[in-house]
Amino acid sequence: MIEIHNVQKSFNGNQVLKGITCTFETGKCNLLLGGSGTGKSVLLQCIVGLMQPDIGSITYDGSVFTNNKVQIRQEIRRKIGMLFQGSALFDSMTVYENIEFPLKMLTPEMTKEERRDRVEFCLKRVGLENAGNKMPAEISGGMKKRVGIARAIAPNCTYLFCDEPNSGLDPLTSLKIDELIHEITHEYNITTAIITHDMNSVIEIGDHIIFLHKGQKLWDGTKEEILNAQVPELKEFIFSSSLVRAAKKVDDESEGGLAAITEGESTSA
Amino acid sequence: MVKNFGEFLLFIQSMVTRTERLKTLWQRTLEESVIIGFDSVFIVAIVSAFIGAVTCVQISYNLVSPLIPKSTIGFMVREMTILELAPTITSIVLAGKVGSSIAGGLGTMRITEQVAALEVMGINSASYLVLPRIVAAILMFPLLVILAMALSILGGYLAGTLTGAISAQEYIEGLRTDFIPYNIAFALIKSVVFAFLVSAISSYKGYFTTGGALEVGAASTGAVNNSIIAILIADFVLAALLL
Repeated sequence: MIEIHNVQKSFNGNQVLKGITCTFETGKCNLLLGGSGTGKSVLLQCIVGLMQPDIGSITYDGSVFTNNKVQIRQEIRRKIGMLFQGSALFDSMTVYENIEFPLKMLTPEMTKEERRDRVEFCLKRVGLENAGNKMPAEISGGMKKRVGIARAIAPNCTYLFCDEPNSGLDPLTSLKIDELIHEITHEYNITTAIITHDMNSVIEIGDHIIFLHKGQKLWDGTKEEILNAQVPELKEFIFSSSLVRAAKKVDDESEGGLAAITEGESTSA
Repeated sequence: MVKNFGEFLLFIQSMVTRTERLKTLWQRTLEESVIIGFDSVFIVAIVSAFIGAVTCVQISYNLVSPLIPKSTIGFMVREMTILELAPTITSIVLAGKVGSSIAGGLGTMRITEQVAALEVMGINSASYLVLPRIVAAILMFPLLVILAMALSILGGYLAGTLTGAISAQEYIEGLRTDFIPYNIAFALIKSVVFAFLVSAISSYKGYFTTGGALEVGAASTGAVNNSIIAILIADFVLAALLL
């Protein structure tokens, strides 16, 4: 579990995060939802230590991360896997070497054979058994995301962070990536935090959703609760999509039809 | 400027504190040595051979007095090559080739979040990415300068003998006149200092790139400009201190 308490961050006098307090629960897909420029990425960067919050604390399973000793932060960081928006694969390495890299760096005690087994397992897990020898430039955006996920889970991460995993992907590939993240989260009981503004992801995998608006947390709850939330900013955000508006209309007319749809999708996922 | 220099010092400090395992760093240093050293042999060879050749031809053109022996041409080619042309011109050429490559590579890694990926994994990105580049440059620059010295002198020999400006015997006699071994040591000291300046300045420029592709290009240009200026200043300071 990751606990975030009163995190504030400013840039040149402009306060981007205005005292965010929330919890990312273990074994769940925790979604950070919000429009562009609401501070989602800044919050994520504060959580993983790429930025230092001005005020506030971040705790990983009881271990304080912010303002702690370098060694302790290092230990926590080694349990973190992260999928970046642009995948951030090392372009001088093959897909296989990209996945092997954290194992080589973080677990020097592993033999070459053990590493090979683990990389092959991760490649198989994300459905890329035959892509090991390809360079990142030779694979599609969806495959890059899969490799990014494989690299993140290779060293048995406890915490998985995904920065807009669906950006730049077609709806079908997005769905597959969402399903993969959801499966991995439940299979290995990891704490997953996902930045998104995609309502499809919310309906598909949103076990726990945190809505940010102008640097503040305005709402949190489950995907079943989100459609009936009474926060004007959240309602405006959700129903800006004509598809969701239409679905809501059907829901109202059929008395709970949409809830049944989301329930059905989560079961199929 | 003072702020930039302070940041540069902190950057160098971050590289040597909390380093990665020695085996990993050595492996990375060897990889970078191939890129910085081996891949630069061709351009260094071409530049130094022609500089030697041109130096020889131009000196012979200016030495018209019958009172000055022709062997002076060989002597002057040797002195100019060892003391200045080989270490300084080679380092300036390498500032263009290696410096832009380091800044461009690190800048691209920064804007595509590869540096952030290393940091999230708990790896000291400065130590992993930059330290091996600096060590590789410090190892490779002197070797390239030695190569440049030899090829410049050879270029002068070929140009002098093929154009008939000087005979082979006179050229070799000039090369052997009043040789001071310390000059070689001085040139190698210069090459080590230049190697550090080029690799560290270029790494700093690339590592702290922000923005997009345009900024990566600007970082590369800035790296080359600043490296060349640093080489020329260091060249003067070292000459004043060590000669």
